[in-house]
Amino acid sequence: MNRIIRFIVFDIIKNKIVLFYTILLFIISWSVLGIETNYTKSILSLLNVVLLVVPLVSVVFSTIYVYNSNQFIELLLSQPVPRSKIWLSMFLGLSSALSFAFIIGCGLPILIYSSIEIGFSLVISGVFLSIIFTAIAMLAAILSKDKAKGIGLAIFCWLFFTIIYDGIMLLAIFQFSDYPIEKLVAIVAALNPIDLSRIFVLLQLDVSAMLGYTGAIFTSLFGSTKGIVLSFVVLLFWVIVPFVYSLVKFKRKDL
Amino acid sequence: MITIKNLTKKFNKFIALNNVNLSFSQGEAIALIGPNGCGKTTLIKSILGLNVVKSGTIEVLNNDISNNYTYRENIGYMPQIGRYPENMTIEQTINMIIEARNVPKNQLDLELLEAYQLESIYSKKMSTLSGGTTQKVSAVLAFLFHPKIIILDEPTAGLDPLAAEILKNKIIKEKNNGKLIIITSHLLSELDDIISQVVFIKEGTVIFHQSVDDLKKNTASSKISEAIINVLKSNNHE
Repeated sequence: MNRIIRFIVFDIIKNKIVLFYTILLFIISWSVLGIETNYTKSILSLLNVVLLVVPLVSVVFSTIYVYNSNQFIELLLSQPVPRSKIWLSMFLGLSSALSFAFIIGCGLPILIYSSIEIGFSLVISGVFLSIIFTAIAMLAAILSKDKAKGIGLAIFCWLFFTIIYDGIMLLAIFQFSDYPIEKLVAIVAALNPIDLSRIFVLLQLDVSAMLGYTGAIFTSLFGSTKGIVLSFVVLLFWVIVPFVYSLVKFKRKDL
Repeated sequence: MITIKNLTKKFNKFIALNNVNLSFSQGEAIALIGPNGCGKTTLIKSILGLNVVKSGTIEVLNNDISNNYTYRENIGYMPQIGRYPENMTIEQTINMIIEARNVPKNQLDLELLEAYQLESIYSKKMSTLSGGTTQKVSAVLAFLFHPKIIILDEPTAGLDPLAAEILKNKIIKEKNNGKLIIITSHLLSELDDIISQVVFIKEGTVIFHQSVDDLKKNTASSKISEAIINVLKSNNHE
């Protein structure tokens, strides 16, 4: 198992795209953190960039990588290696490479130019988003045999969670504004991994007061230890469910 | 060594293999023959577990292959078109397979590797290799671990005559060592010295499974190619 993961990680590093991604993240973080002297404010600015860039890069890169590894997978499958091991190695290799890139690219500038105490929640969210969108990418890649279709599906997933989901929610809030839906809105928002990451970081930064009444509900729902545990459960759910589903699909695939 | 029972394989609505029953035993060299698209490669891929078997059973060395992978330790496979990771060198590819199998280096069969002099081009990337050289790498990998079962899909297609001869001699040697050889080829003439049994497949159905001697006797021909052509002709007349 370790050998295959090691091989995949080396292959990704050789790819140079991840290196480029790390440098890009580093430059963004460094410049954003350098402009603002208030740590909390600078982390908030960085949060918005991270929530946009990390899922997009993770999902697109992973999808393309899985498609390009078809030959590698076929070669290993004619050897005495179980299918689940190959797929799991693929997932662990990709998610660890992307998480590592994020930790270096964003975590390091936070450590240098900001305070790790304040930025810690951001680093955790970024790592979770890298892993979640790798899992989603692998599901997209296994659902379609056609590369272009698969990449399209992956980008749609990113678009859905970044823009469409919030759009639908806003529409619903306006339509049902006469009803007491605040709690429901908070719960629905928490089901989206990107929104949940945002809420998680905002709560840790203690700026939920900026969000007014909704912020108060968020604090009461997620601020407690129970809320944090719940957030982790939801994030884990987004890692496990797409991955396990893709694994089941992969085990039944004809190559 | 390999027993196939009631194997049916469908791709959506297309039936690639229809109720195939076959049994191969040790020390035989079996030729899978049939027109293009008749299901030869599908059968091989099913044995290897590259295609998932949903209907019927395949047993390799008395182990059911569904939900099993260790049986592949006993199989060496040379694909029709070897598809390898493009930015890996020959050396990295071979080493990766050795590592995946976890076999110590002194227990490897390096005969073909030396005969093809691949070590002199070890640092070449797989994507830059010609079709024939890629086939050589596939052949080396198929024999590398002293497998009990060797499956060769169109082995000599793309190889130069010298390389094909080396491979042919290696196949005969391994057959005499008591290995099971399964081979598909359209070049019937070159199968003559190698094989002991013939399986003829057409449109996913096994038409016959006979030993070479029986086949020659029944069709009154001296060569396999003649025998097959005679069978095909009589089939068409019916």
